[in-house]
Amino acid sequence: MTDWWTLGVIIGLTGVTVLTRCFFFIFSKPWSLPHWAQRGLQYAPIAALSAVVLPEILMAPSGDLTSWQDARIFGALVGLLVYFWRRDVLLTILLGMSAYLPLHLVLGW
Amino acid sequence: MFLSRRLQRNPEFAQGLRDMLPQATGLAAWGLMTGVAMLKSGMSAPQAVLMTLLVYAGSSQLAALPLIVAGAPAWVILATGFCVNLRFVVFSLHLRPYLMHLPRWQRMMHGYLTADISYVLFTTRFQQPGRNSDEHLAREAYLAGVDCLSWLSWVLSSLLGIALAQLVPSEWGLGFAGILCLLGIMSSLASSKMRLLAAAIAGATAVLAFALPLKLNIVLAIVTAVLACMVLEQLRSTRSAGAGR
Repeated sequence: MTDWWTLGVIIGLTGVTVLTRCFFFIFSKPWSLPHWAQRGLQYAPIAALSAVVLPEILMAPSGDLTSWQDARIFGALVGLLVYFWRRDVLLTILLGMSAYLPLHLVLGW
Repeated sequence: MFLSRRLQRNPEFAQGLRDMLPQATGLAAWGLMTGVAMLKSGMSAPQAVLMTLLVYAGSSQLAALPLIVAGAPAWVILATGFCVNLRFVVFSLHLRPYLMHLPRWQRMMHGYLTADISYVLFTTRFQQPGRNSDEHLAREAYLAGVDCLSWLSWVLSSLLGIALAQLVPSEWGLGFAGILCLLGIMSSLASSKMRLLAAAIAGATAVLAFALPLKLNIVLAIVTAVLACMVLEQLRSTRSAGAGR
């Protein structure tokens, strides 16, 4: 049952890809969004990413804030510093993981 | 799309391949990592393969993973994916005059295959839409060339990542690479103070409202951040208009 559900989600996300990438040329008639929606477009992507990412870094499985002794916090801090230093997503991942993995695997954080 | 011989024969197709080549390694590394993250967050290999082949959008795939694992309702996952993908809606408005001479099915194939890097390369090389059939064809062929190499590098590297991930124990926590990737993409979007504020409000709301069921904290966080920034923007513009008078 879970598998059918996941399959449905995957197909739904495919639809989301098609809809957003083709949004303004699906129909032949030219049209535009109302002004408020155009302004909202500025903020929704970064808000959505932040809403997903922050709890994944800060919350413990219990549902409380995690302690500072958590490898994810240090991995994310290093990642952020690297991004704003070099503006490179790949380097962000590599150096963030090299901060995360020793703390996670050796200290068990 | 890129399988069409008509487009492959045009010299712009090869130009598209050449321009994409330097970007392809970075994209492949991202694909590899997404492949690993999908598996290490608990998807089965067939599900991860299907997601790679169909969804073809790294950031929404990665954003969906923690929600799928948490068993969030499908509409929450799709709405989150939609918001992450809203940048493509802006791209599609820009691409419209380049594609409108084509039948709908072909426009939509091009649209589906054109992600961030292809969009940037394409609109950098062709700053104006075509005015006659030769120009239309050159643009379409270039886009197909860029999309062809992007697709190959993304899909092959993701499949490799899915294969390699099965050799690594889950306890290593390699799925965290997906979160770091989203963190990097999020930082790249932080191009203004207002956007930074949107990220701060959304992140804080999602953490504070974490106890809400069905991952509704994500939905609440997006709505709160977008509304707050729109209201603040409105207040600032009326105030500056008032000061100018």
